[in-house]
Amino acid sequence: MANAFSVRPLRPRAGILAAWTLAEREVVRFLRQPNRVIGALGQPIIFWVFLGLGLRGSFRPQTPSGSVPYDQYFFPGVLAMIVLFTAIFSTISIIEDRREGFLQGVLVAPVERFWIVLGKVVGGTVLALLQSIVFLTLAPLAGIPLSLLGVLTTVLLLAVLGIALTSLGSVLAWRTDSVQGFHAVMSILLFPMWFLSGSVFPLEGAPTWLAWVVRLNPLTYGVAGIRRLLAIGGDSSLIPESVASLSVSIPITIGFAVVTFLWATRSARRY
Amino acid sequence: MVDRINSLGMNDHGGCALHAEHLSHHYGQRTALDDVSLDIGVGETFALLGPNGGGKTTLFKLLSTSMPVQAGTLEIFGIGVRNAPLDVRRQIGVVFQSPSLDKKLSVRENLLHHARLYGMARSEYLPRMEETLSLLGLADRLRDRVEQLSGGLARRVEIAKSLLHGPRLLILDEPSTGLDPAARSDLWKYLASLKESGVTLLTTTHLMDEAEQGDRVGILHQGKLVALGSPAVLRSQIGGEVVSIHSAEPDALANMLLQHWEIKAEIRGGLVRFEHPTGFDLLPEILDFARGKVESLSVSRPTLEDVFLQRTGHRFWGDIEHG
Repeated sequence: MANAFSVRPLRPRAGILAAWTLAEREVVRFLRQPNRVIGALGQPIIFWVFLGLGLRGSFRPQTPSGSVPYDQYFFPGVLAMIVLFTAIFSTISIIEDRREGFLQGVLVAPVERFWIVLGKVVGGTVLALLQSIVFLTLAPLAGIPLSLLGVLTTVLLLAVLGIALTSLGSVLAWRTDSVQGFHAVMSILLFPMWFLSGSVFPLEGAPTWLAWVVRLNPLTYGVAGIRRLLAIGGDSSLIPESVASLSVSIPITIGFAVVTFLWATRSARRY
Repeated sequence: MVDRINSLGMNDHGGCALHAEHLSHHYGQRTALDDVSLDIGVGETFALLGPNGGGKTTLFKLLSTSMPVQAGTLEIFGIGVRNAPLDVRRQIGVVFQSPSLDKKLSVRENLLHHARLYGMARSEYLPRMEETLSLLGLADRLRDRVEQLSGGLARRVEIAKSLLHGPRLLILDEPSTGLDPAARSDLWKYLASLKESGVTLLTTTHLMDEAEQGDRVGILHQGKLVALGSPAVLRSQIGGEVVSIHSAEPDALANMLLQHWEIKAEIRGGLVRFEHPTGFDLLPEILDFARGKVESLSVSRPTLEDVFLQRTGHRFWGDIEHG
């Protein structure tokens, strides 16, 4: 049913305060649940160490200058995974907020849905950034030298990607009323989106149809952007040729974030 | 506040806190609310009584602006809910049946988020916080995590939260759900003190004794408002007394009542029940005649349950499966 409430001009001051308080709550809740903190930091490290080192001996993606060790190739993919997982968690938190009742109080507050969505998205993005920054410090272990410019631009792009994925999660969350239902969406939509983003394997050597799926996947350009920005001050010849350039990947990632965020605010207005 | 309403160019229906006219609501084919019209005066305590599925929850959702109005008019302090939901939301406090607190946060943090969601500045919410918490006897609970509070305390925090922004109308959905009798009577004590401070109260309930606390009661059945008035007036419209007899042989007893006194009694489990203008005088006769069939017996003045029965032809607890 379409919302019959008329749309009035947004009141930025009150709105920003409301968004701020929801974002703050997201971060406080996260830090207050030690299991979540340990899981959030431990899981990507475990993925990177076990898969990265495990596949290192048998799989070396081809690059212009020869090949790249798998753990180094996989590193930007794990950063994307951190952002994706945080987005999933903050999405589940919308469903839980609805189930546990917190959301019903928020929805009758004198605030436009736009600000509520913004608060949730910013909260999720901040969490994703905190975790990514911790993980980024491990880059030298993967043979990726860190430069100040590289780290700053990577964090900025991770923030854009965080907005995109948290918004996408919100779109799904507003339409789903159970965590179980969301798990199904996660398995058939969000995980494949990550597998098929160049995070795990490069385009080279993939069947043509699969390569096309990867090219059409917006997350691919986020991962490509991270890969290229991290290489600033390092060796860009260690990046496979198929990885999109910055001039392609950055605009597409920003566009991805804008579209999903607007989609999320629209969805929230309807549900 | 009054100036503000007038400046919005709205009507102030003669001091109405709430004005509903021809309010209807449908879920697909199913009618949940059917042409409900209702006025609630400023400062009034109003109880919306009805069985589960009678339309209370739908009406609550419309009043709390959780759901848009489909048909009819709904104004709160003269402000149309359709046109200016955000202005309406500033005027009302909403206490949901299921908790709306974040259990992982402290009482103080929950109130703080609420204050900010309502756009309150620090200088506004700090004194209000103190005021509402002491009104509800929660002043020493500020730092407690909500998950550590008892059900009764949590419900009070819920109410304190809904009062923080200074609403003039408080809407409560089944506020005593899950509370033990002591916590329930506490709750009503606090609600009474709110009334004294001038807040208009509207509460939905399926409990007769709770509805009795209202200045006025509206009874909702199958989406229609079937009775409206003060509990005393509604009861007095029934007339007579209500006789209830516990019996091991209820059918035989009912039959006997029909044959000897032409009384049509209603049987519910082992309980035979009827209304009679002079029920009390009838007791000796019944006992004389059917002592063996009577285990215990009572005569009482009519209750709101009897009003419900009379207005709808249904027993209050009888047709829960109906919309």
